[in-house]
Amino acid sequence: MECDQCHEREAVIHLTQIVNEQVSTLHLCERCAAEKGVESPGTVTKTPLGSFLAAMGKDVPAGEQPGTGGPAAAAARALVPADRDRCPRCGASLQDFRETGRVGCGECWERFEGPLRELLRRLHGSTHHVGERYTAPGAAPADPKREEADLREQLRVAVETENFELAAELRDRLRVYEP
Amino acid sequence: MIDLSLLLDGGVGWLDASGPSSHLVLSTRVRLARNLAGRVFQGRNSESEREQVLTIVADAARDGQLLRRAVAFRLDRLDRIERQLLHERHLVSKELAGLEADGRVKSGASVLIQDRLSVMVNEEDHLRLQGLRSGFAVEQAYGEVERLDTELGQRLPFAFHPEFGYLTSCPTNVGTGLRASVLIHLPGLVLTKEISKVLQGLAQVGLTFRGLYGEGSEVVGNFFQLSNQTTLGKSEHDLLDHLGKMVRQVMDYEEQARSVLLRDAPAIIEDKVWRAYGLLRYARSLSFEEAMNLLSGVRLGVGVGLIPDVGMYTLNKLLVHTQPAHLAVAEGTTVADPDLPVRRARHVRRVLEDEVGRRG
Repeated sequence: MECDQCHEREAVIHLTQIVNEQVSTLHLCERCAAEKGVESPGTVTKTPLGSFLAAMGKDVPAGEQPGTGGPAAAAARALVPADRDRCPRCGASLQDFRETGRVGCGECWERFEGPLRELLRRLHGSTHHVGERYTAPGAAPADPKREEADLREQLRVAVETENFELAAELRDRLRVYEP
Repeated sequence: MIDLSLLLDGGVGWLDASGPSSHLVLSTRVRLARNLAGRVFQGRNSESEREQVLTIVADAARDGQLLRRAVAFRLDRLDRIERQLLHERHLVSKELAGLEADGRVKSGASVLIQDRLSVMVNEEDHLRLQGLRSGFAVEQAYGEVERLDTELGQRLPFAFHPEFGYLTSCPTNVGTGLRASVLIHLPGLVLTKEISKVLQGLAQVGLTFRGLYGEGSEVVGNFFQLSNQTTLGKSEHDLLDHLGKMVRQVMDYEEQARSVLLRDAPAIIEDKVWRAYGLLRYARSLSFEEAMNLLSGVRLGVGVGLIPDVGMYTLNKLLVHTQPAHLAVAEGTTVADPDLPVRRARHVRRVLEDEVGRRG
């Protein structure tokens, strides 16, 4: 069956609508369905994070991420092709992540920290782990003084950039260091 | 054929209906997602790296106490029916068993199982630690898996980030890496048509639901898996506490729905559960879905005391043993056997006859 919209591609989505008590069925191909904002089961399972991933990066500050953003980002893109921004450890790019929904390795989490942090905020409503702390065998145990100093520095930057949501979160986290 | 008798209770001890509130809750599972620091995650790593991950994890497990005597299965060396058998027992995920649409087992895909604890290796993350308990037992299931986490974490370097917590392949699991799920039977809420309201309510408080066989599986037989949706920004205990409170509330709603049904429509309910029982006892052909729905009806009848002669354990076992791979193996045939519905009906009849004989 061909798509009702483009009459070119095979219809894979059959959308039943009830408008003014009239039942009608619309047959759409994947692309036209996507344009209409209808998600096919296929696209949902392919990227379990679905619309999060599609929306991801759209409101990440320009420059933090290649491939999107305003004129400044476009200019930066002209200088550095998006594909060059790959994880040095596993070679994954942000584009790979968008396609698979899977992070390539631990270093990717550092490399693409900005966009991933935005995503975490949307997925979990938070970006900070507050559960069990972990120190790998053989590694130096975390230094609380240093952690506190790091957090204070992050808080200063958050206040300066008027990121009050983050500032509030950091203030909460700093409370554990108070005597 | 793999030997499941090596496992304690064949690996289905979680079905024995011995846990708290087991007339409503079949089982509680808590899993922790972990990855090895400095190693490429699944999906981007090579076959040899996956082999290394397996060797490292198996060595660490043998070195500790909790998985020292673990039975290990390499899924990538098993036939499809054997993998399906493990999946039907809830011992491995659909993904690890390679039973998803693309149908390929990834190299190195393995599971180590000892008593109620297990670790899946080379799944979506390098390690998936799991604790499985009968009935509603969130804290207990976590307690066990936490001990395993500590034991393995002292021997293996887990990938951990000071801000994001335990790093995972999928951002939906990062932070605690914890997913707790409760397999609950809610026929009362389905019959009173309250279920969609309850499920919507759960979504609003950060819980999600799945079918009997986890992610992507359909709801059959009114069985729902309720679990936490987020893993970051709350401590392990807050996540478990929240899930526990919400599940308790759902259990109250279900009990209320059952009382309403028995008060307002006793004849209809009685007819429904006995009809289900009658069909299971005498039908000559049962599809999987029909069997699930009838078992659900009988389970409800036993739960509200209308059907006295059937044990919850028997019903739970039937739930697993009427699944395609279990049935095919027990009957010495294949899952493609067109006679499977006939064989299923015969199996159910025998079990219920025995049960009545034993109890009567």
